[in-house]
Amino acid sequence: MSDTPVAGASPLPPPASASASAAAASSPVARSLRGYSRWRWWELVLFAALPLSWLLLPGQALLLNEIAIVALFAISLDLILGYAGIVSLGHAAFFGFGAYTAALFAKNVMPDPIVGLAVAIAASAALGLATSVLILRGSDLTRLMVTLGVASILYELANKLDWLTGGADGLQGVVMGPLTVPFTTLKGFDFDLSGRTAYAYTLVVLAIVLFVSRRLVHSPFGTSLQALRDNRLRAASIGLSVPLRLVAVYTYAGAIAGAAGALLAQTTGFASLDVFDFHRSAEVLLVLVVGGTGYLYGGIFGAIVFKLLHDLIAAWTPQYWNFWLGLFLVVLVLVGRERFVRPWTWFRVQRKQ
Amino acid sequence: MTLLFDGIAYGMLLFILAVGLAVTLGLMNFINLAHGAFAMAGGYITVLLMNRLGVPFLACLPIAFLGTALLGALLERTLYRPMYSRPHLDQVLFSIGLVFMAVTAVDYVVGSMQQNIHLPDWLQGRLPIEAVGIGKYRLFIVVTCALLTIALQWVLSRTRFGSRLRASVDDPRVAGGLGLDVNRIFLLTFAVGSGLAGLGGALGAEVLGLDPTFPLKFMIYFLIVVSVGGTTTITGPLLAALLLGIADVAGKYYVPKLGAFIVYTLMIAILVWRPQGLFARASAR
Repeated sequence: MSDTPVAGASPLPPPASASASAAAASSPVARSLRGYSRWRWWELVLFAALPLSWLLLPGQALLLNEIAIVALFAISLDLILGYAGIVSLGHAAFFGFGAYTAALFAKNVMPDPIVGLAVAIAASAALGLATSVLILRGSDLTRLMVTLGVASILYELANKLDWLTGGADGLQGVVMGPLTVPFTTLKGFDFDLSGRTAYAYTLVVLAIVLFVSRRLVHSPFGTSLQALRDNRLRAASIGLSVPLRLVAVYTYAGAIAGAAGALLAQTTGFASLDVFDFHRSAEVLLVLVVGGTGYLYGGIFGAIVFKLLHDLIAAWTPQYWNFWLGLFLVVLVLVGRERFVRPWTWFRVQRKQ
Repeated sequence: MTLLFDGIAYGMLLFILAVGLAVTLGLMNFINLAHGAFAMAGGYITVLLMNRLGVPFLACLPIAFLGTALLGALLERTLYRPMYSRPHLDQVLFSIGLVFMAVTAVDYVVGSMQQNIHLPDWLQGRLPIEAVGIGKYRLFIVVTCALLTIALQWVLSRTRFGSRLRASVDDPRVAGGLGLDVNRIFLLTFAVGSGLAGLGGALGAEVLGLDPTFPLKFMIYFLIVVSVGGTTTITGPLLAALLLGIADVAGKYYVPKLGAFIVYTLMIAILVWRPQGLFARASAR
């Protein structure tokens, strides 16, 4: 983990300044831009670790499944926070929307998980598209309020429409059909109690999302997102259409968060108001910040650390786990994340800039 | 009519609760989600003093104010000050952490059940004025909050401290360059803001209900008041708070099915229409 790139700090000069010197020498710039998107060894290790964790830790599949879902959720937040710089306090809106869509679809239409997942993704993407116009204007505070408001509205809706969603009791009696792998003859994997099918299912989705998102953030589109994160005015003045890009990334992130929610609902066979709760939005922020923003894999590392910590502390004081979560947040921010993940700098005197 | 009056009382209460937040946000550009925790502290000080020690209600209010103000000053000096220059994301995380800690700490110390306040007799019941029942306690709230608002307005616009504060709001660097101790002004303002929140919490314990999840439940309301009202004036948040109070009470009365739905939708609509708040003047920043 030691040479993981840190939040926002790309190993190379940012693209904006690189393109400024493009006229002088085009080949080094092209090479450096290519190097920027090259596969690094730890990425390959990470991708290899995903199936290995399924093989080597069969008894932990339930926990691993939860970790993978949280990781997926955090990756989605990273796309809008780490790459596009939108601070959201209501990302659970998409998570919950996906969860309820998947659960309702399985209950009322058909129990096939993959079709359900596709429907949930499409629905969350539509929600993302619809709400993205709300985040285009205003300051950080306005965006915080609007995202929080959207999540609260959905929470109220799920609470009040009890004939559809079961209200405060949650949506019970969701029975998932067996998993059928498309385009093959493999079929009939039930979601059993051990959770191994569920974990494999989640892992495949996670791997696909990671791969696609990696392509996305290393494409010119992803680079332009970082440009507008760093300086919106300058990005607009070199001819990037800022609103269109924000709408696109918000929709995509919404779709992924919806997928994470759908996976949760499908693998647990349950959806409750909890998925819209403020805690969810706050937790996913924490997960992402622990793992580091702006390099896509922060969500995975953050989710592992967060879930392990959660299990550890919750086993010790189940009721007051939130206190330690809060303390962790406060200390993390006060010390600063950069220093927090580098214990060897703790006792070094900080040089004043 | 009773409804309107209840709405006004509720709105005044929200204003007192949120005005400190408006100052923190406007003055220091600091997103403090933990503001509700101070209100909760004030409420619990009152409840504990009254129920355990038998202190009279009226004496509790200034104690709640002072206690919370001290707490605010302490936290400002130790924890908040390094956060002013941080990015908004850090401030959000930091204050969420504080909220979580406050909620669980209160849960641990006092217990998670709802706390009740026994009002003195002269505040109970209703005044029948022209066939409109007006709760005595509601009237008390409205009068107290109106007096506080006038006092605040006077301090801000007429006193030396007020002009210093306004100078620091407009440009902290220039204010510092003119020899104002901006840090001390921040400290005092933060303390007074938390104190007012504590007072609001004490006054509102009867109306809003008091349990450990108070800061989370009302966080969005405070933020609505501030973001809709804008942070540059006092009248903006006041009008926003009154609007919110009336809309919420009326909405819950006429269409209980929709509940808080109306308020959130209204807020989003207003913020999309005017991102800087309804009553804000064009901001320099």
